Amino acid sequence: MHNLSLKTLSERLQSRELTSVALTQHFLDRIARFDGELNAFVTVTPELALEMAQAADAKLDRGEGHRLTGIPVAHKDIFCTLDVKTSCGSKMLNNFLSPYDAAVVEKLKSLDMPMLGKTNMDEFAMGSSTESSYYGRTLNPWDHRAVPGGSSGGSAAAVAAGLAPVATGSDTGGSIRQPAAFCGISGIKPTYGAVSRYGMIAYASSFDQGGPMARSAEDAAWLLEAMAGLDERDSTSVALASTDYSRDLSRSVQGMKVGVPEEYFSEGLEADVAETVQQAIGELEKLGAEIVRIHLPNKDLAVSSYYVLAPAEASSNLSRFDGVRYGHRCEAPKDLNDLYTRSRSEGFGDEVKRRIMVGTYVLSEGYYDAYYRKAQKLRRLVRDDFVKAFEQCDLIVGPVAPSVAFDIGEKTDDPVSMYLADLYTIPVNLAGLPAMSIPAGFARGRPVGLHIVGPYFEEHKILQLAHQYQQVTDWHHAVATDYR
Amino acid sequence: MQDWEVVIGLEIHAQLTTHTKIFSGSPIAYGAEPNSQANLLDLGMPGQLPVLNKAVIPKAIRFGLAVGANIGRRSVFDRKNYFYPDLPKGYQTSQFTYPIVEDGGSLDIEVDGQTRRIGITRAHLEEDAGKSIHDAFPGMTGVDLNRAGTPLLEIVSEPDMRSAQEAVAYARKMHELVQFLDICDGNMQEGSFRVDSNVSIHKPGTPFGTRAELKNINSFRFIEQAIEFEIERQIEIVESGGEVIQETRLYDPERNETRSMREKEEANDYRYFPCPDLLPVVIEQTDIDQEARAMPELPDAKRVRYQENWGLSQEDAQMLTASRAMADYFETLVDLTGEAKKAANWVMGDLSKALNQDGLTIDRSPVSAKMLAGLMARVDDGTISGKMAKQVFAAMWAGEGHADDVIEAKGLKQITDEGAIGEMVDRVLAEHPDQVAAYQAGQEKMLGFFVGQVMKASKGQANPAQVNAVLKARLAQA
Repeated sequence: MHNLSLKTLSERLQSRELTSVALTQHFLDRIARFDGELNAFVTVTPELALEMAQAADAKLDRGEGHRLTGIPVAHKDIFCTLDVKTSCGSKMLNNFLSPYDAAVVEKLKSLDMPMLGKTNMDEFAMGSSTESSYYGRTLNPWDHRAVPGGSSGGSAAAVAAGLAPVATGSDTGGSIRQPAAFCGISGIKPTYGAVSRYGMIAYASSFDQGGPMARSAEDAAWLLEAMAGLDERDSTSVALASTDYSRDLSRSVQGMKVGVPEEYFSEGLEADVAETVQQAIGELEKLGAEIVRIHLPNKDLAVSSYYVLAPAEASSNLSRFDGVRYGHRCEAPKDLNDLYTRSRSEGFGDEVKRRIMVGTYVLSEGYYDAYYRKAQKLRRLVRDDFVKAFEQCDLIVGPVAPSVAFDIGEKTDDPVSMYLADLYTIPVNLAGLPAMSIPAGFARGRPVGLHIVGPYFEEHKILQLAHQYQQVTDWHHAVATDYR
Repeated sequence: MQDWEVVIGLEIHAQLTTHTKIFSGSPIAYGAEPNSQANLLDLGMPGQLPVLNKAVIPKAIRFGLAVGANIGRRSVFDRKNYFYPDLPKGYQTSQFTYPIVEDGGSLDIEVDGQTRRIGITRAHLEEDAGKSIHDAFPGMTGVDLNRAGTPLLEIVSEPDMRSAQEAVAYARKMHELVQFLDICDGNMQEGSFRVDSNVSIHKPGTPFGTRAELKNINSFRFIEQAIEFEIERQIEIVESGGEVIQETRLYDPERNETRSMREKEEANDYRYFPCPDLLPVVIEQTDIDQEARAMPELPDAKRVRYQENWGLSQEDAQMLTASRAMADYFETLVDLTGEAKKAANWVMGDLSKALNQDGLTIDRSPVSAKMLAGLMARVDDGTISGKMAKQVFAAMWAGEGHADDVIEAKGLKQITDEGAIGEMVDRVLAEHPDQVAAYQAGQEKMLGFFVGQVMKASKGQANPAQVNAVLKARLAQA
């Protein structure tokens, strides 16, 4: 039951051969069985999930509801959930019960999708391995020695291990796509502005974007449709022409121009990953896509630009965690300064502190022009690269990450090597484009993702290519032996 | 020795009159229970996002046009980062690099008969902080976030003022302007209009001295006193070989002195950067045109019109334009009566006196312009005398109804019957033969005496003009 597509689950729920309570209980049972070790969840909400499942069943009994009604979902712990702990992976928010629901949570609740719980993540979404969580690391279901990727590692692991049929994630520099690749699932980061950021705890506001993490492109399309749309509470939210992301799934990709950036297959990319990605590109060609060589010359500037801009925004976004109104407060502060200093020193982990310090530095008087302003210019160059590239092709494909999932602890002492794990995903966030990772095979027994990048608001085209690929491949059906 | 020249620039925070905050839907009302007007955004909850209250845009444009400034066609909100308990997000959203009102603006002030033009550097939109309450809880500080997020227009002047008098004249003029533009209620006690003064001294021809900032002074009188004190303080320091340091100082009206605030301001680096949660504010020419068309007549123009069209004195014109409500009241009264001078006398006389006594502003006057026009009409048509009108006005003020009702109820109708007046005149003249003789011997000022006696006899109800005329006629005959 835990390996079925949303479409099949939906059909069985609608026909009432399956109840939402039974389905939800099934996933709760699997969480109980596996999550002690896997640690994909920070919080599990069985009572709430079953209550919502009952409500879903009542609706389905009356022949009401949406096609997602009754299908359980897990939320990344970055989304605020009413009266449920919302930690963002941090000690800082260990005691934080959100007084409201994020827009995404609200939307899925309104469709009666039972919430299984909140998934683990790098602290404040800062990381690529889910190792910086205050709540312990999450294991990769394919290999317990490996990280699941990050920052949405909990959601990726939960879906890959069959602990949730589908989950939400967020992607600031690759946080949906890289863990999707590492765990062998399908995850899409929508165009910036497509999914409301209201209630999604901000890391770097001009990059952050919520999106679905699923077992297939089709499942991702279904969930994205439920997540996307204009929200007046988010000024950067966009009125979309259509949220019917499934509309082109079954259309052939015959004649579609698929760009392959030469720069993405240069040094730094592991040979077996490159080979797997090339094979996937070969499949696309067999499907009738026309492969065109393109160039993204400013790719190498992206990581530097991102690691100035994102920390700059983060340093400001995280100022509100000051121990005054909510969150961690130190014991017996002797004055205001002590309250701030100790609350924040105790509440934040190392990576968060590192980025706050970097961000504070690059915005400081005398350094702003050299860092922040220059990084903004680079950001424009990177975006312009994509705009030019899309004059020659419909979509761009390449690797998601330079390697398969690395070992736990492998990069924790070397932040820069961790940052470089996002070298293919970050440019997309700088440009605000939609992009997806789908499973494309294995290298050394660990999953490899195929990266598909599209023009603004052309998620449907990305999903079309992904779905067509998944019609002729089985990688997305693969499940790690222990979790079958 | 050459004299010191004083250099003053003002930063004025005008709270914009909106129903809700600048980035949240919380209401704005002064004096509410602490934190009762703070929603999740105002509390700085995680995941909360600001949405610009568009009502502030036309107000800022109107201000910019009124002072002749360039309007920023694409203004950008920045974050000003610093930690303070009454700043829930850890940053204040403001406009730093691209303000909505750019350069080019100015305001003319008049001091000692001299007109001076004070440049306006810029004006930008920003959110107010909350309030820290230090005296309510022993050993603790309370935070009230009702004010957090209140929309402000910060108006920055050039350092063009050369005396405390000029600074106050500028502040007053600005205070008047923002109220006329209907963008700020001007209430200084409630903090709707706050003036920070940057004061320095130097010798003419040399670079400006180091300035001190005098913050949050809530009356014009205190602004003047604070600046005067600060000038003396700086001169004393420099003349005794010391150096003025750049700092924020608070004025203590009880001791009439300025005191240094904690030095936290000094090394602050606010790390301004564009707020990624808000889009730039794009203003089209049509938006500007619309505000230009809706621009109310400004006080300077009104004063000229009152003098040129209605023959009022400069002082009267000044008084009648003290507030937009006052000018509106006065203009309505003139429209209804066609009598500018008489209307002016009423507004500046009995009405102002009554308002002062009851501590009311003119827009709360129990006697509306229409009611006062009704009273003036009864004086004009001779139904009552000017003196009786004062009595009627007092009754109207006390809520006894319209002029006609009061006149009726009190039996105050003027005696205009020629025969009745003639009888009274004859009686008075008969009772005072000596005075009649004196008058006839050339003491014409005795006429006033007779008028008084007749009015007294009529219990004030005789028409004085008629009394006058009859008296003159009879005395000439006698």
